[in-house]
Amino acid sequence: MAYRWKNTLTAEDATPYSAFLNRRQMMAGMAAGGIAGAIPKGATAQEVLEPNTWEEITNYCNFYEFGTGKEDPARYADALTIDPWTVRIDGLVDKPGDYNFADIMSQMTIEERIYRFRCVEAWSMVIPWNGFELADLLEWVGVQSSARYVAFETAMRPDEMPGLSSPVIDWPYVEGLRLDEAMHPLTIMATGIYGRDIAKQNGAPMRLAVPWKYGFKSIKSIVRISLVEDEPPTAWNKYSAREYGFYSNVNPEVDHPRWSQATERRIGGGLFAKRQPTLMFNGYEEDVASLYQGMDLREFF
Amino acid sequence: MLDRANTLLRRIPAWGLYLVAPVPVIWIYLLGLTGELGVDPAKRIEHQLGLWSLWLLIAGLAVTPLRRFAGLNLLRFRRAIGVITFFYILAHLLTWLVLDVQFQGVWADIVKRWYITVGMAGFVLMIPLVATSNDWSLRKLGSVTWRKLHRLVYPIAILGALHFLLLTKGFQWEPLLYALVIAGLLLSRTRRRHSRPNRVAA
Repeated sequence: MAYRWKNTLTAEDATPYSAFLNRRQMMAGMAAGGIAGAIPKGATAQEVLEPNTWEEITNYCNFYEFGTGKEDPARYADALTIDPWTVRIDGLVDKPGDYNFADIMSQMTIEERIYRFRCVEAWSMVIPWNGFELADLLEWVGVQSSARYVAFETAMRPDEMPGLSSPVIDWPYVEGLRLDEAMHPLTIMATGIYGRDIAKQNGAPMRLAVPWKYGFKSIKSIVRISLVEDEPPTAWNKYSAREYGFYSNVNPEVDHPRWSQATERRIGGGLFAKRQPTLMFNGYEEDVASLYQGMDLREFF
Repeated sequence: MLDRANTLLRRIPAWGLYLVAPVPVIWIYLLGLTGELGVDPAKRIEHQLGLWSLWLLIAGLAVTPLRRFAGLNLLRFRRAIGVITFFYILAHLLTWLVLDVQFQGVWADIVKRWYITVGMAGFVLMIPLVATSNDWSLRKLGSVTWRKLHRLVYPIAILGALHFLLLTKGFQWEPLLYALVIAGLLLSRTRRRHSRPNRVAA
């Protein structure tokens, strides 16, 4: 059951890549319902989101397996073998196993999602993803009732990933979501950008895209998905629990210990780009705030 | 070989450094303006200026050990190196202030964020040094007081190294390397001081 969430764009607005480049003024962001009624504080009713260019998206990446420089992934990710690609799905599922990426794709409905992308480092982009809802994949493999969380793991291949030779964090990169977050219609497995296969430096062949959380939650080049009972360890949280919480929802009111999260620099604006206010839940408050009802977001940051 | 180098160096006027110093700064800003620095030029310039500032700090600190252990005399250039270091740090600071954070919550940053506190402290400590980097101040203060004052460069270098160490995400070699080089340059002095009195620098 795809298409649970829609951009304010209709299906007719989905454009081929070439047309995209000519006509990049896009409406996106708000859920199909409730546009007029409840607007996140600080956001305009129908914000015009202009996606970043393919060049920007593919040349400015944090993918430390390929090095810590923003341009290292673009330089080195070519070595990554993505065909064949196997994803192990295990834990509390009805049909555990090693799934071929192509087989997964044959079962899923690919749709376009233009999402804001907000990095914990206080920069942001707008990315026209293609992908499928994670919920569809989880339903396909059958989630057992005792499952509470989903754990993800990135490929760890020292021969193909030069960044692994440095102990920047405890490899392999791991991430996790609460099951309701994972099942939320906004949460997708991205397999493309601009209608093209996703670039290796962006996490080919499939990576998570959870638009209301800081970018590092959207784990790349996934080789394992486990349904588990307890909150799984996550890479940056293991490195510094004080700085990177399990939830890591975009929140302008909760600063990172070393910098403010109140504003962000939108990539692509050139040398004098003005900072923009960061939106609660990255502008998806209307869609996801209910997931965290009654939770102190300062404590569960 | 070394004599020739020293003779050659004597012919280069120290003010030449002041002429060359602004070139990289102007160059990197030109690259940023023309889109040659990738998609996030402000951050690139900010980081590059920060790195260059550390290089200059290291160069300034290397003058004495180079003379003592290698016999290479760069003493004539040390004042220029110091003054240029200050202006690089100033350019780094202004880039952060104007292009990166854009004056938003700057005071909160300085008080609350450790790496900014440390960097700012280093910058502030440099102000008396650049203000007294002239012959008049040297005469006025007397060489003993002046030299004592200018030992502030040691804590400044430590703060610079710490600033870099504190701002990285994850474990990274680069800031550690800078910290080790600076630590080495500082240690080379403490050893010496115990064994015999300092020579008076010009």
